[in-house]
Amino acid sequence: MLKNLKWRLVIYVAVTVFAVLLFLPTLLPELPSWYFKIIPTEKVHLGLDLQGGMHLILEVEAEKAVESYVERIKNNLMDDLRDKGIPVGKLEREKSNQIVLEVSGDKAKWEKILSQRYSIMQELSSTALDKGIWKVVLVLDSRQAEQVRKSAVDQALETIRNRIDQFGVAEPEITLHGTDRILIQLPGIKDPQRAIDLIGRTALLEFKLVDEEGDLDEALKGNVPEGSIILYQRQVDPRTGGVKKIPFLLREKTLMTGEVLKDARVAIDTQFNEPYVALEFDDIGAKLFEQITGANVKRRLAIILDDNVYSAPVIQEKIAGGRAQITGRFDMKEAGDLAIVLRAGALPAPVKILEQRSVGPSLGQDSIRKGIIATLISAALVALFMIFYYRVSGMIADVALALNIILVMGVLAIFRATLTLPGIAGLVLSIGMAVDANVLIHERIKEELRWGKTIRAAIDEGYRRAFVTILDSNITTLIAALFLYQFGTGPVRGFAVTLCIGLLANIFTAVYITRWVFDFLTLKMNVKKLSI
Amino acid sequence: MELIRPGTRFDFIGKKKITVWISGIALLISLGSIFLHNGLRYGVDFAGGILLQIRFSQIVDISEVRHAMEAMGSKDAMVQKFGGENEFLIRIERGGEDLEKVSKEIQTSLQQRFKDKSLEIRRVEVVGPKVGKDLKKKALWAVSLSFVAILIYVAWRFKQISYGLGGIAALVHDIIITYGAISILNLEYSLPLMAVILTIIGFSINDTIVIFDRVREDVKKYRKENLETIFNTAINETLGRTILTSGTVMMVVLILFFFGGPVIHDFALTLIVGLISGTYSTIYVASPVVLFWNKYFTRKKKH
Repeated sequence: MLKNLKWRLVIYVAVTVFAVLLFLPTLLPELPSWYFKIIPTEKVHLGLDLQGGMHLILEVEAEKAVESYVERIKNNLMDDLRDKGIPVGKLEREKSNQIVLEVSGDKAKWEKILSQRYSIMQELSSTALDKGIWKVVLVLDSRQAEQVRKSAVDQALETIRNRIDQFGVAEPEITLHGTDRILIQLPGIKDPQRAIDLIGRTALLEFKLVDEEGDLDEALKGNVPEGSIILYQRQVDPRTGGVKKIPFLLREKTLMTGEVLKDARVAIDTQFNEPYVALEFDDIGAKLFEQITGANVKRRLAIILDDNVYSAPVIQEKIAGGRAQITGRFDMKEAGDLAIVLRAGALPAPVKILEQRSVGPSLGQDSIRKGIIATLISAALVALFMIFYYRVSGMIADVALALNIILVMGVLAIFRATLTLPGIAGLVLSIGMAVDANVLIHERIKEELRWGKTIRAAIDEGYRRAFVTILDSNITTLIAALFLYQFGTGPVRGFAVTLCIGLLANIFTAVYITRWVFDFLTLKMNVKKLSI
Repeated sequence: MELIRPGTRFDFIGKKKITVWISGIALLISLGSIFLHNGLRYGVDFAGGILLQIRFSQIVDISEVRHAMEAMGSKDAMVQKFGGENEFLIRIERGGEDLEKVSKEIQTSLQQRFKDKSLEIRRVEVVGPKVGKDLKKKALWAVSLSFVAILIYVAWRFKQISYGLGGIAALVHDIIITYGAISILNLEYSLPLMAVILTIIGFSINDTIVIFDRVREDVKKYRKENLETIFNTAINETLGRTILTSGTVMMVVLILFFFGGPVIHDFALTLIVGLISGTYSTIYVASPVVLFWNKYFTRKKKH
């Protein structure tokens, strides 16, 4: 039994020291770097509700990615059928994933094209209209659609990560949340609005030709020529702040997108002393740009970002070397942010902001300060009360309680979990249950002593009986906490995590560690009368 | 020290005829209040909308903030004082897609209007309607499933379904009473209050298990006694512990209530109600349910 006592001590001390070492970086801001090479730990991360910062949940509108995917297939199909000389009537996208097509001519020929080159579009129906015209409805293969959706979300995540990296935020957290949501946590950010603009922008860069033949006035009345669209240029008057919208009639077909960009930087126009964004294309882009400009000299090429026309300069000559620029009365900040989003690439689908919470740093500090004061006062009172009521045994219980908190913090540090306000609620509940565990044990020992048992027998029996109770109540609560973790969202989870850790630590500290102290006192120190 | 003298025998269970009425009336008032108020007053977290917390460095009257909000066309904005001087909460409960834009406009326009009073925007929350609905649905699922799991575990550990049912009945009782208190006090149901509900679930089931556990032990010890007497004995035997534990936890919550600041205030208030209900329900909801079930639905073993 005595040898046993020694080994138990070794284990308990080792666990305690390890927990303290894990928790230490949170308490002491400056530790030598070798420390972190030995101890796999970090500071306990505080949630944004405690330290200030921004929390965003975005939804990727993945269906829009499917839409544009099908749109591209439709355009290819149109070109293919025309190349083969097959008369095409109507050719439109319907819903997000269907193409409706009216063709005539050699049925075997167009059927072959559809089945060979467009096998990912499955034939939903084909009906013969009169005069040899067939109406065919095609639908995108559901597995392929799923794939498009998934890669849209993945790519959006990657792009947003890039943008935030370049924006420069310390310890950002960008994770997938469910199937199509992205959770972004930016601690300590000072200008949340600017970050939102940067993150939420689709940043789809497109080059389209201006439709020189079409009549803009007619088009504005609703008679848009086939194959053309109207987009606007927004001009903000710097003095009045008024917005002017200038319409452009453009060819619908996109000649080039931002996918071929290699770099985008801010440069200053020496003539007007205005910043602009200089674009540099990769090899493919440079070649493509050379072709496009070469084939369209004296025509106007519009540069469009997210359906806003930025400029539409006349192509003076073939442009080789793969460079272009976006001008448009930016200030330095705007131009810088624009360069960031262009470098990071476009989002494959628009994103919608479902939730935004930002807490200023001063408010976060306020809640920490008040939380700490309230916690310290209550911890001190509970500790004093335990000593007052249970004397020496109360002190033992207090040591166990302190250890409980250290263990929870240590575990939070090693798993890089975040401590939030609901998390503190979970911690408080687990500490309440730790007090309860000590009370249960002490009351039981007192009861056994009253029944005339010896100290040793009372301790053994008291722990044995109380252990069943503590185990059942902790496991029941643990079960509830696990379900809350598994099925709950953010705040519910934060609560469940600290509660789970707290309950496990509780069994260790309240039952095993205090037991060791009692055993040590009675077996080794030969204490004859318990102060309880 | 002895808080409760050994051999104390209060007839707790004997009072159950009165307490059934007390519980019943409390439940009715709670449900009635929730019903009359047309459900809880959901905060931005659940209902969706915009919440701004702002602070000025100089004295600003609440009416000035209200006027500012009206001037920019947000007539549905609710402005209230919050915590210290010159600090306000502005709340706009509204669904719709472009909340983000509305929030941006309000912020810029407030900044401009109070340029000389050095306005600080301390907190912004913009929650789309989908998020709140999701949160409600998921929390409801999580709690319901955890109840089923608790029911199964307790029924298994105590070898009788009645104990599981008693525990769950007490939990449901406490949740309804706490929601009732939230409704009667007209508190805004937000995330921290949801954390309170979760805490109360944990506390209540813990309290119930402790007494059930003692009953389990006493059933073996006093084989000849009827279950009602055994419950009474068990409650009396653990009375010291119940008072000590509930007392310490209550002390902590009272400290939070008085010193925790405005954010914690509602949180602590709700917790106080839940703690009282949780301790009460072990004796007067969980135990009577077990007794009732055993009297009417369990086949008696023949000796």
